[in-house]
Amino acid sequence: MRPETGRIQGKDAEERQQLKGNAKLIGQSLSLGGLQKRYGEAIAVRELSLEIAAGEFVSLLGPSGSGKTTALTMIAGFEAPSTGRIAIGGRDVTLLAPNHRNIGMVFQKYALFPHLTIHQNIAFPLRMRGRMQKTAISRRVDEMLELVQLSGYAERYPNQLSGGQQQRVAVARALAFEPPVLLMDEPLGALDKKLREAMQFEIKRLQERLGATVVYVTHDQDEALTMSDRVAIMSDGRLVQFGTPTELYRQPNTEFVADFIGRMNFLHGDCLDCTAEQTVVRLSESTVLKLRSHANERTRKYDAGTALRVAIRPERMRLAKRGDGGADALPGVVDAAVFFGSTYIFLVRLADRPAASLQVEVPADGVIPYQRDDAVDIVLDGAAGHVFPVTERCAA
Amino acid sequence: MTRSLASLSSSPSFRRSSSARFYSPNASLALVTPLIAALLAGFLYPVARLIALSFSGGTLSHYRRIFAEPLHLDVLFSTIEVAFVVTVASLLLGFPVAYLMARLSRGLAMAVAACVFIPLWTSVLVRSYAWVVLLQRNGIINKLLIDTGVTEWPLKLIYTEGAVILAMTHVLMPFMILPIYSALRALPPDYVRAARNLGAGPIRAFVAVTLPLSLPGVFAGSIMCFVLALGFYITPALVGGPGSMLMATLIGQQTTVLLDWPFAAALSTVLLAVTLLFVLLFRRMLSLSKGLNSVY
Repeated sequence: MRPETGRIQGKDAEERQQLKGNAKLIGQSLSLGGLQKRYGEAIAVRELSLEIAAGEFVSLLGPSGSGKTTALTMIAGFEAPSTGRIAIGGRDVTLLAPNHRNIGMVFQKYALFPHLTIHQNIAFPLRMRGRMQKTAISRRVDEMLELVQLSGYAERYPNQLSGGQQQRVAVARALAFEPPVLLMDEPLGALDKKLREAMQFEIKRLQERLGATVVYVTHDQDEALTMSDRVAIMSDGRLVQFGTPTELYRQPNTEFVADFIGRMNFLHGDCLDCTAEQTVVRLSESTVLKLRSHANERTRKYDAGTALRVAIRPERMRLAKRGDGGADALPGVVDAAVFFGSTYIFLVRLADRPAASLQVEVPADGVIPYQRDDAVDIVLDGAAGHVFPVTERCAA
Repeated sequence: MTRSLASLSSSPSFRRSSSARFYSPNASLALVTPLIAALLAGFLYPVARLIALSFSGGTLSHYRRIFAEPLHLDVLFSTIEVAFVVTVASLLLGFPVAYLMARLSRGLAMAVAACVFIPLWTSVLVRSYAWVVLLQRNGIINKLLIDTGVTEWPLKLIYTEGAVILAMTHVLMPFMILPIYSALRALPPDYVRAARNLGAGPIRAFVAVTLPLSLPGVFAGSIMCFVLALGFYITPALVGGPGSMLMATLIGQQTTVLLDWPFAAALSTVLLAVTLLFVLLFRRMLSLSKGLNSVY
């Protein structure tokens, strides 16, 4: 679940540069400048600016309706942006027709041409360019099929292939003409979980081998975190945060990101003492939460009495018997335990604020340590919390 | 014939899921019984009687008469020719309309659909008479041509084969437009986007992707038009002259004027056989194009 464990490490910039010297890498940089898309009154994408380096794997992550697919549609050239600029490798392509952009794309439902064989599908972009001999095209198609491990399927039709195979053909077709940028629109959404995870690795392996610049649209955070060098989180057509998976997980810059990435607990409270040294939040008459302030180094200081929301990851807390947790522990009562294989998630409600319930992750080794209605102490890692001001939306 | 038509024109979703999966055999049987009864009483029985009548007297003499006299074969061939020309004309004129309907926004598509449907709901008789009014010696078209000085004397427009083809194309075009429209509507827009993305310009994307994927609709529309045109009676009877006689009008003449029912039955049987032959031919062509079978 945590990005550190599942993440496939990308090559760092230096190594990539070295590779570029040896083999040909197809990726080029992609730059979006103030991209905006309006449909009448509605704004689908607002002021989207991203600088994506050559060979970088970037995901656009957000709930449905967040504008990520619209952004992709504009990059591909199917729709013109209302304002803003798109450049590939420094070349402005904002007004270029889609067939002149030289961008590869893998569609959500693959969009393999059903009346053409796999060979003809992959040869399609090469034929359209008209610069290659028939034999050269055939050779390239065979190479691509080998690359996606589907040699021998050339003469089949798309509907004779399984979902995973179709997906690989779609990738082969999109890469056959060595596009400097590859767009993927939820390409694994139609596959079952096991296959999806296998395909994630396969796509990542291909991308690194070819050095392709990939923009990957998904609403699945695990997928985005494990595959991407950087993730752009979108909400309501706005870019909320753009950073590495680790940054997003450890330093969410808004409550939205904190909530969207991974499991997160939220607690309401008033600021008692929020200084550079510590953040003390009053949760109720008798309960006070103390955090070391460097946990929210990037947030502003708050006046006493400000309504705050404190976000804490389930794995940054532990449980102790009531009375054993120390002075700063929060007293609670166990509501339920959910078994996740390697861990338990305990649902614990605060003793004097039964409406507030926290998820606490506990390693599962042997017997279940607490039962329902056990009185416990919740012990916080003082550096673990993130503090956000309560906006009107959250307060409601 | 009826069955093959229905299965050709049925929408893709119908082909995919058979209703047999949702209803028990008895319920399915109960549902189709009225149709079977109607077919038996209204179609199979009359056709059987017709065929029996054509062999009346226990001889093939009526058939021998058809093939002995060049006039009858001429009528048969010109019927096939007219049906073919009408089908091609309907396709050439109808495809752009269907394409437009599939691409327009909902409101505008409805407006165009109304333009296609309203003539379809109007009686064939009315539409054929409309062509008589337009094409006759003192009709609107001749008046216009004379007034603008294109011609000095009225042209002979009506009672020609051209007039028959024109009017039949007009009458049958909806049958071409609707299947093509439904085929185009069922086409996910991603296919064209993918083609454009892979380097095809708008025209090449159309030729390489949209057109081949709309062929099931084109086949369905063509076979419908062709079969209907083969047996068309009212329009050729009103707009066509003695020189442009078709099978249907010939049969009509035999039954109503000459009262030679056995011979009319023989002619009908030949027309039925020719129609069935073409339907089978079309289906064979459809099943030969392997890739197209995998479209849906």
